[in-house]
Amino acid sequence: MSIEVEAFPRDGTTVVAVAGEIDGSSAPSLHDKILPLLQADCAVVLDLAGVSYMSSAGLRMLLLLYRKATANHGRVALAGLAESIRDTMEITGFLKFFTVASSVEEALATLKEG
Amino acid sequence: MDSRIDFYPTHQHGAYRLRPGRVSPFGTTLVPGGVNFAISSGHATSCTLVLFEKDAPEPLVEIPFPPSFRIGNAWCMIVFDLDCERIEYGYRMEGPWDPGAGHRFDASKILLDPYAKAIGGRTVWGQPPDWNNKFPHRGRLIFDDFDWEDDRPLETPLADLVIYELHTRSFTAHPSAGVKHPGTFAGLIAKIPYFKELGVNCVELMPIFEFDEFENSRPNPVTGETMYNYWGYSTVGFFAPKAGYAATGPFGMEVDELKNLIKELHRNGIEVMLDVVFNHTAEGNERGPTLSFRGIDNQTYYMLTPEGYYYNFSGCGNTLNCNSPVVRNMVLDCLRYWAAEYHIDGFRFDLASILGRAPSGAPLSNPPLLESLAFDPVLAKCKLVAEAWDAGGLYQVGSFPAYGRWAEWNGKYRDDIRRFLKGDDAMVPVMAERIQGSPDLYGWNERGPTASINFITCHDGFTLHDLFAYNDKHNDANGEQNRDGGNDNHSWNCGVEGETDDPQVNALRQRMSKNALAILLMSHGIPMLLMGDELGRTQRGNNNTYSHDNDLNWVDWTLRERNVELFNFTRQMIALRKAHPLLRAGEFFGTNGSPADIIWHGTRAWKADWSDASRALACMLRERQAGQDGNTTPVLYMAINSFWDALSFELPELPKCYHWHLFANTSLPAPDDIHQPGQEIALEEDLQSFLVGGRALVILIGRPRP
Repeated sequence: MSIEVEAFPRDGTTVVAVAGEIDGSSAPSLHDKILPLLQADCAVVLDLAGVSYMSSAGLRMLLLLYRKATANHGRVALAGLAESIRDTMEITGFLKFFTVASSVEEALATLKEG
Repeated sequence: MDSRIDFYPTHQHGAYRLRPGRVSPFGTTLVPGGVNFAISSGHATSCTLVLFEKDAPEPLVEIPFPPSFRIGNAWCMIVFDLDCERIEYGYRMEGPWDPGAGHRFDASKILLDPYAKAIGGRTVWGQPPDWNNKFPHRGRLIFDDFDWEDDRPLETPLADLVIYELHTRSFTAHPSAGVKHPGTFAGLIAKIPYFKELGVNCVELMPIFEFDEFENSRPNPVTGETMYNYWGYSTVGFFAPKAGYAATGPFGMEVDELKNLIKELHRNGIEVMLDVVFNHTAEGNERGPTLSFRGIDNQTYYMLTPEGYYYNFSGCGNTLNCNSPVVRNMVLDCLRYWAAEYHIDGFRFDLASILGRAPSGAPLSNPPLLESLAFDPVLAKCKLVAEAWDAGGLYQVGSFPAYGRWAEWNGKYRDDIRRFLKGDDAMVPVMAERIQGSPDLYGWNERGPTASINFITCHDGFTLHDLFAYNDKHNDANGEQNRDGGNDNHSWNCGVEGETDDPQVNALRQRMSKNALAILLMSHGIPMLLMGDELGRTQRGNNNTYSHDNDLNWVDWTLRERNVELFNFTRQMIALRKAHPLLRAGEFFGTNGSPADIIWHGTRAWKADWSDASRALACMLRERQAGQDGNTTPVLYMAINSFWDALSFELPELPKCYHWHLFANTSLPAPDDIHQPGQEIALEEDLQSFLVGGRALVILIGRPRP
C-alpha cells in the first residue's frame, strides 16, 4: 500500500500532509518519515485528510509518534480525520490522547494558543 | 537496539524464518521481529501451525513444528516478519482416533488455539457465516499495549456493591436506545450517565467471551425469525472478547474497544464483573463440531464416561474437565489474563458447582480449582461469585466450597422473597433470615452477609414486571411448545394473566415491584438488579429468552419516560443504601464485633409474629450507641405487609430526641411514594403506630430533628 508524506512550513509550524492507507505494512515507513520532523520544541500539524483508512497498527504508530514528540516538548495536532477514523479512535479511547482539530487552520490556531 | 542473540532466526520453512520459541505463556506473544506461538497437548503426536491471510478460504502456509521445537507436551515457535494485522492462525494436531479411550484427533481439522486472544469469523453480529468455511473461528494476533494510564480495578468493598446484570447487545440494540453504535461495547459507554443516574456501581456483563451466535441457530417455527445462541452461554474462546459486540470488531479492534469501556466505567466509579462460562464449550457432544479442544486433547479437556462419551452436567452436551490439572491451569491463566490485562473487577461463574467436580464427575470436598482461584495472588482482590448449582443436580447454595473468598448467587433469597411477596404461608421466619443476609446459609465457615448475592430476578426467569403479571411461563416463541424454562417461578399475576388496562391491577403490579426493589435494597448482602427491571421491562411472560435477538430481550428505552415512577423509586432506594452504612454490613448484626443490631417487630413493636398465618414483618436497624454520647446515627425501620388488607404497625420506641420520618410508602403514588434520602417527611411527634396498606411496604428513618 503506497503512502505519501509531504511536509512544508506554515506560520512557524510544520504541516505534514499524509495520503494513503495506514496499516501494518505502511505504518513503519511512515513512522520513519515523520519522526525526523518531530524535533525538540516542534509544532507540527498532521494533516490526515488524505488518509482513507487507518488500522489498529496505524493508530498505534500515530500514538507512538505523538508520545515521542511530547516527550521532546513538542506539540502535535491532528487535522482532517475522516469521520470513520475519528469514530474508531473515539470508541477505542485513542482520540483523547491527541489534540484534534477539524481543519489545518484550527490546528494551527490551537498550537499557537498552546 | 537488537542486542539479543535470540532476535535472529535459526530455521527456515519456505520463505518463513523461524526459531524455537518459548513455552510460556501459551498462546501468541509478540516478540521483537516476530510472533511466539505456544500450545500444548497431552496426547498429540505432532503439531503444525497453519497461517491464513485474514478471511482467506485456504491457508497461506502450514509450518510443522520441527521436532526440536517441542519441549515436553508443549510446542513453541517464533515466526518472524508476520504482519500481525493480516494473519489468522490455527493448528493441526495428529494423534489417535480412539473415542473409547477418549481420543478424537483428526488432522483434517484446523483447530482454534484455546489461548487465542482475539478470534475472527464472527466479527459482525448476526452476519450469516459461510457454512463451508474449513476454519470458522480463527485465532488472531493483538497488540497488548493498551494505555490504561493510572486505571486499575476499583476494589470497591464487596458490601458496598450494587450490581446491575446486563446483556451487552440487549442493552442498546433497541432503536430507542439512541446510541451511535447499537448493541456494542461502545453503546454501553454511551449509557454510563444512565448507570450513574440510577446509582449502580457494578455492571455484570452476561457472557462476552467469543461465542458463536449461530451455534444451533434455526428458524423460529412460529415467526420464521432466526433463533440464535443469543445470550452467549457457550464459549468458543476463553481469552477473546466477543468481536461481534464491538463496533470496531470488523477492524480487529474489539480488544481496545472493550478495554476502553472498562476504563471509562472505572473512571465513573463503576466496576465490571464478567459472567464466565467454564462449565462447557461450544463443541457440544460427540455429534458437535471439532473447533478446538476436542481436536487438541479431548481426553484432557472434557469429562468423559468410561466408554468415552461426554458427561453432560452442564445441560449443553459436554462438561469442561475443570479439575484436570491442565484445564485448571488454563482457567487460572484465563482469569489472571482478564484481571491483569482487562482490569476486570470480578467474575460470576456460570453453573459453578461443575468447577467442584472431579474428572469422574463426583463432587470434591476440596476442589483444587476453586481453592487455586481463592488463593491466587493476581485474583486476590477480584470478586469471585458462584452460581452454586449445576444441571447435574448439585445444589450448593450455602455450602459452596468458599475458602473465605467465594460469594454465591443466593437462589434461596430469590425464591423466598418471591413467595413472601405473593403471600405464601409460613414465610415470615425465613424472610428474617434473608433480610439479614441469610445467616442460616452463611453464618458459618468464616462467611458473612457479603457471601450472599441477593437477587429477585436475573437473566434466567421472569423480569420483575413479568413476575407480577404472569402466573405461568409463556415460552411459545421459543419453539418448544412451552416445555423449556423453569416452572417454579413463584410468580403472581395480580389477578389477570398478562397485560391489562385495568388500572387497579396495574397499580398493584407497580406496588409489588416497588416492594420487591425496596426489600432487595434494604437487605444485608449484595443486591443485584436485572437490566431494565427499574423500567418495568417485559419479556411478555417468556422466562427463557436465550435465543431471541429482538424486543423480547432488548431494553425499550421509551420505558424510561413511561415508567419514570418506578425508575425514580429504584434510584432513591439505591441512594438510601448508599447513604446508610447500616444497610451495607460486612458482618451479621448482633454477632460479636458488630456495632449494630437488627430487631424484629410485627404489627406489635418488639413482637414479630412468626406463625404460619403471619404476613407482616418489620425490622429496625440500629447502632447500639445511637442516641447516646453524641452518636446521632439514624435508625432505619421497614414494615412489610404481605397481607391483602391494611395493617397498623405499632412503632418501637426511638432513642431520646429521635423522631420518625417517612422515606418510602409503596401504597402512595408518586411523588409521595419515596423521598430523597435526607429529605424524608417529618411525621408527627409521639407517633405510636403507622398504617401500612395491603401488599405495601413502609420505610421510616428515625433521627434527631434539627
